[in-house]
Amino acid sequence: MVEVTIAGLAGDKAGLSDATGAATLGGVRNLGDHGAVRIGHAIWVRISHWILAASVVTLAVSGFVVLMAHPRLYWGSVGNDLTPALIELPISRNFQHGGWAPSVPFFAGSNSPVSAVRVFDIFNQNGWARSLHFLAAWFLVATATLYVIVGAMTGHIRRSLLPSTDELRPQLMWHDLLGHLRLQIQSTASGPPYGLLQKCTYTAVVFLALPLAILTGLAMSPAVNAAYPLLQAVWGGSQSARTIHFFTFSALMFFLLIHVLMVIMSGFRRHLRAMTLGK
Amino acid sequence: MQAKHLITSRRTFIAGLASAGGLVMAGCSETLPPTYGNVLRMGDDLTYGAQRLLLPAGSLAKEYARSEISSILAIGTTDPADSRQPAYNASAGESYDRLRGTGFSDWRLSIEGHVARPRSYSLADLKRFPARTQITKHTCEEGWSAIAEWTGVPLRRVLEAAGILPTARFVNFFPYDNYADGIDMFDALHPQTILAYGMNGRDLPVAHGAPLRLRVERQLGYKSVKFIQRIVVTDKFDDLGKVGDIQNGWSWYAGI
Repeated sequence: MVEVTIAGLAGDKAGLSDATGAATLGGVRNLGDHGAVRIGHAIWVRISHWILAASVVTLAVSGFVVLMAHPRLYWGSVGNDLTPALIELPISRNFQHGGWAPSVPFFAGSNSPVSAVRVFDIFNQNGWARSLHFLAAWFLVATATLYVIVGAMTGHIRRSLLPSTDELRPQLMWHDLLGHLRLQIQSTASGPPYGLLQKCTYTAVVFLALPLAILTGLAMSPAVNAAYPLLQAVWGGSQSARTIHFFTFSALMFFLLIHVLMVIMSGFRRHLRAMTLGK
Repeated sequence: MQAKHLITSRRTFIAGLASAGGLVMAGCSETLPPTYGNVLRMGDDLTYGAQRLLLPAGSLAKEYARSEISSILAIGTTDPADSRQPAYNASAGESYDRLRGTGFSDWRLSIEGHVARPRSYSLADLKRFPARTQITKHTCEEGWSAIAEWTGVPLRRVLEAAGILPTARFVNFFPYDNYADGIDMFDALHPQTILAYGMNGRDLPVAHGAPLRLRVERQLGYKSVKFIQRIVVTDKFDDLGKVGDIQNGWSWYAGI
């Protein structure tokens, strides 16, 4: 546990990192309009948090297994082993396997598209991995949708998640960022009010990363693309969508790592109680 | 008399809506793919039901320009007569080898099951139907994609010529290897669902399913069965046993 105060920022509102609540309110949260005093998280936040957490982890694992079947990323509408890759990932035996019969051109001319028979037994566990991925995606979409609806109705998103316009000043952001980078993280009480960087991060996850992951995921579906052609067009093609999908999930995995680190460093047991028992 | 057995698109659409409705009503419909209690297959059925319910039935897959045709892989069975291939079937493979030897002139496609007039067609017969050429994207479950031009006869034409019975719900395809697959009437009657005998302006190459393969443009590549020898129309769902998707651990519906 790191117990360091943010020196030089004491008394400054810029110090509104994860540390504020505990110091000023002693772990007791005033839930605004409701007037209730409570520690920890509301029941619907707790439930949706854990369903989303399980979904995201399942999506990451199954998505990685799907990627192992074809560890090449492209830009545009099409991409396969016979076209140039943007990135090749050495994550399965399929990486640059080279198991191809001589290629046959379709047309006359040196730059004709070709066909080649694969003679390599690739790693492919997509039977279960794809179905698990889409099952988890259903849980993610349903839970995230409910979360945003309830969050909007209760004012949770406006009050606790979105940074206020007063807070969105480069100087404050910079101070909070420096504090985090220097690992000046105080033990805090759990739940809102969140620190500035914390608010920005949660907002980005809920309103940027998750919608981006869902939309780029749908842009790989042949049935959805036929119904809504714009969905793949906005990314420059379904292979671009696949590449963006990969980087979006990489960003979410980075968030997950930092999120868990911050929870551990600022009072793991208390945060876990707050997000499970709610007290 | 033929018209009596023809199913109109509106009736098909309503029947499809009814079966899609059945999908979401606790799976009471016999047209729902079985899950065998497997939670992953339940998720597949949820996706199937949701897509049939929410996506417009007649939407067309994007068609591309000739200049956009790309290189393409040939995977799975690439020669049904090659005994080293995983899905090799000895007797079918030998028949295939014989038929290929004469340029598929003796090859025949049979249409069976819930049709008024079961029949069979030679390649020349199929080429006498009005042809459709489409340049579409093949999306493989592995993650890659490719654009190719496909020429063939719309499946709908062939089925209507055989007289689709009003009870028809699914169309299953049996090739010259140990593999089979099926689609529902939504996809079977879709204008871009064709039985292709041409690819990129030439005869369909063996590696891509000669002499005849299916193209189902709104599903993943593995639904586009290659090396077809038999088409069977059914009134209820058939998982096709050990050669079908589900018992091999794959989703039967691959619209996503």
